[in-house]
Amino acid sequence: MSQDEVIEVIKQSGLRGRGGAGFPTGKKWEFTKASKDSQKYVVCNADEGDPGAFMDRSILEGDPHCVLEAMAIAAYAIGANKGYIYVRAEYPIAVKRLKIAIRQAEDYGILGENIFDTDFNFDIEIRLGAGAFVCGEETALLESIEGKRGQPRVKPPYPAQSGLWGKPTLINNVETYANISQIILKGSEWFSSIGTETSKGTKVFALGGNVNNIGLVEVPMGTTLREIVYDIGGGIPNGRDFKAAQTGGPSGGCIPKEHLDTPIDYESLKQIGSMMGSGGLIVMDDTKCMVCLAKFYLEFTVSESCGKCTPCRIGTKRMLEILERLCAGEGSELDIYKLEKLAANIQKSSICGLGQSAPNPVISTLKYFREEFRQHAIQKECKALECKAMSKITINEEKCKGCGLCQKHCPVNAIEGTGREIRMINQDKCIKCGTCLTNCPFHAIGN
Amino acid sequence: MDENLITLTIDGQKVKAKEGTTILQAAKQAGIDIPTLCFLKDINEVGDCRMCIVEVEGRRGFATSCIQTVEEGMVVHTHTPNVLEARHVILDLIISNHAKDCLTCTRSGNCELQTLAVKFNVLNVEFEGERTKHKVDNISPSIERDFNKCILCRRCIAACKNVQKIGAIDCISRGFESCISTVGDKSLNDVNCTFCGQCIEACPTGALHEKETINDVWVKLKDKDTYVIVQTAPAVRVALGEEFGMDIGTNVTGKMVTALKRLGFDKIFDTNTGADFTIMEEANEFVQRIQNNGVLPMITSCSPGWVRYIEMNYPELLPHLSTCKSPHEMLGAILKTYYAKKEGIDPKNIYVVSVMPCIAKKFERQRDELKNNDLYNVDNVITTRELSRMIKQANIEFNKLEDSEFDLPLGEATGAGAIFGTTGGVMEAALRTAQDTLTGKDLKEIDFKEVRGGKGIKKSKVNIAGKDLKVVAASGLANAKEILEEIKNKKADYQFVEIMACPGGCVMGGGQPIKSSKIQSEVDVRKLRADALYSIDEKSVIRKSHENPVINKVYDEFLEKPGSHIAHELLHTSYKEREKYI
Repeated sequence: MSQDEVIEVIKQSGLRGRGGAGFPTGKKWEFTKASKDSQKYVVCNADEGDPGAFMDRSILEGDPHCVLEAMAIAAYAIGANKGYIYVRAEYPIAVKRLKIAIRQAEDYGILGENIFDTDFNFDIEIRLGAGAFVCGEETALLESIEGKRGQPRVKPPYPAQSGLWGKPTLINNVETYANISQIILKGSEWFSSIGTETSKGTKVFALGGNVNNIGLVEVPMGTTLREIVYDIGGGIPNGRDFKAAQTGGPSGGCIPKEHLDTPIDYESLKQIGSMMGSGGLIVMDDTKCMVCLAKFYLEFTVSESCGKCTPCRIGTKRMLEILERLCAGEGSELDIYKLEKLAANIQKSSICGLGQSAPNPVISTLKYFREEFRQHAIQKECKALECKAMSKITINEEKCKGCGLCQKHCPVNAIEGTGREIRMINQDKCIKCGTCLTNCPFHAIGN
Repeated sequence: MDENLITLTIDGQKVKAKEGTTILQAAKQAGIDIPTLCFLKDINEVGDCRMCIVEVEGRRGFATSCIQTVEEGMVVHTHTPNVLEARHVILDLIISNHAKDCLTCTRSGNCELQTLAVKFNVLNVEFEGERTKHKVDNISPSIERDFNKCILCRRCIAACKNVQKIGAIDCISRGFESCISTVGDKSLNDVNCTFCGQCIEACPTGALHEKETINDVWVKLKDKDTYVIVQTAPAVRVALGEEFGMDIGTNVTGKMVTALKRLGFDKIFDTNTGADFTIMEEANEFVQRIQNNGVLPMITSCSPGWVRYIEMNYPELLPHLSTCKSPHEMLGAILKTYYAKKEGIDPKNIYVVSVMPCIAKKFERQRDELKNNDLYNVDNVITTRELSRMIKQANIEFNKLEDSEFDLPLGEATGAGAIFGTTGGVMEAALRTAQDTLTGKDLKEIDFKEVRGGKGIKKSKVNIAGKDLKVVAASGLANAKEILEEIKNKKADYQFVEIMACPGGCVMGGGQPIKSSKIQSEVDVRKLRADALYSIDEKSVIRKSHENPVINKVYDEFLEKPGSHIAHELLHTSYKEREKYI
């Protein structure tokens, strides 16, 4: 196959970047090939950082060769002779197996000079990330490979024009590469027969949270969230209700119950205020507070912001402070307005994807659970009882059967009553841990 | 019409700009001043602060106008409601993490953040919250850092790391905790900082400033027992006026001297005269080195930031450094010996204040090597900026002052001394004297134009007395490094090298009036100040140091001849290897 033929197959397949943004892979290859330079690079982004996501890790540990092969194909297609895999140091097994795989490939002449007796040369080096989430952002990753502080560059220019050491660079994520060999082997039509109109192939998700079966799931694009949560995930434990699912990790958004039947593809997720992201999928039941959820993700972005641009460095911190106020019962309605103003402006004015998407968890929770925010701000109430500072746990006298299970589990003996009596919570003793709540078989305990 | 011009629309105006022009520059051409904070032309063009964001039609999100280049047909809006709101939010966020103690800040009135706050009429801070807390670093004799005022624009880093290739400071920690610091979070005093002060000139706020020492001067001026002598460096007189609203490059020598008299200094002498001494000694040293197969090339030693740099980074090349003290130190040594004796003043009661365009001089004057008879040659160094503050505090209306002349005898200087303040000037002054010395003639061709101008490295071949000399003048420590590497690798065939630590020389020193990013991108500050020095030189009756009658008198009466034993005692110094990190 000629270089152009390879690129054409990838283009025809409809494969889109699995790292999060979903840029058409073939187009990216085409752009990088079109950049004229004697030196080009192929980079594999294996800096998987979303909390709870480990799709790339499983690929690297299970089949590192599929990534190496894809990188070599990409290098051939765009005219590169040097590749880097940027993998996080927290994946020691992946690193070890990658090293072995690279050595094996070199021994077999699949990497190195004159591959398959052609004049195509390509070798791959591993670079270890030091634990910064932002280094998963492609330009920050390039800076890091160059030995500099992991900070993003302003785009344009895009890596396809000016990447590693200013040279045209193709950068794809692990899962994207993992699709390449199969597409070349089985053809673009095979690949594009799977999935939806605009999102082809399959996607791996790391399913976690309040769901019975957790783990990695690979589904055709277009599968609904309901199918993933209920058919594959086996539903919500303890008979509780589904409240929301977060896709795309700290860059994504939450999907509420009313959108359970949304087909999972790039466009649909975007339309409902979330994003595909790299594949984290966290399910939450009705005991989860959405303000806390937003706070959790903001805590993550604040600690992972590189500090380069103002909106992300200071803006996300201010958003977190507001969320902390709301969760502590010290917020006000004005805080919700401020949150929205900050969110909109941080989204528009940050340099890189991290900052631009940092407000997403807030924007989407506000979109679907605004009332919950207002309860926190105005009534100082957290119905989900997660915000301990303002939650008051009470027992519904009509529902309580006097079984005493709550009492048995209460770690601070705050529950009073004997025999078949309706139980009462001594608010002075209660530490709002919620143990009684989860142990009540009659759902009689709540706010 | 040039075919390479790109046509775009900015705020409804058709603008034509060259390919590769940024939106910011193109807008400027059309009289549109997009606000910036982290932008510093040619030095820091990174788009970090986000103040310069604009909307480009058909483009998602904002464009960073200081980086984004123009494209044919582009339609740019610089003040849509969206842009304005975002800019307000960004400014608000920056201010929310800023000290906001403008009343007690040295940069009040000349602060780019303050200017923006006024422009955007920030009346209250909407997004107040936690502020990062930093300790103030005031250990070094030259520079103070207060990062509670830092806005993380990183212009200082660019000046230090990219322009000077020192890298004494960089960003540490991440996110909200990010701050500018040094290796091991040490004081600038204890790391590889050369005290060139280019970071101060780059800083838009009051996070970096010189260590102010004018209080000591006030005290000495009021002390009846102390004879306070002031001397002013060449570059000060062509910049001081800027602090009083005058045009850049205005020569205010006369007004400056009047102001110094009004401040109450007992004598006002000219460092240019010191420079003439330096030329006598340096030219002699150079001739000696040539005639006696001494270490060549010889490198000038007037710039203390540069001296600190070579001591830290290339100690093995120290024998190349001229042993001459810098001009103000030479003058200081003569003041406390020759002049004191002549005037019958106890040298212990003399307090020499040098007004310098430089903050490294504050460090230099404390060097043990720069003492004679247990007395420092110079007792206090204040910057051009500090002098302007003294003048203001003394309620002197500088702009209305009459001109007056330096005191005699040590206020009489040549044009050669004046041009010491710009890159290439020391070289040119030395060559004027060297060629007369070597030929024994009074040559009229004294303009060495090849070593003039703003280029960082100016190589030239000059013919003196039938002998070809290869010379080079370099300014900025990145350029110095390049020359030193050549010397170290034996690839240099020069005989004489002039190095100044600051890019452009002393006129652009770390103690000079600070020019905003806007001014720096619109005018060539270096050229205007340097031109003023060359104009002083041109108008001087005497333009060669060795023809300065005062110099000759002092040699006749006291120093004997250049390179004499006593000249060595007083006018020469020694250097030492210096640890970069202590």
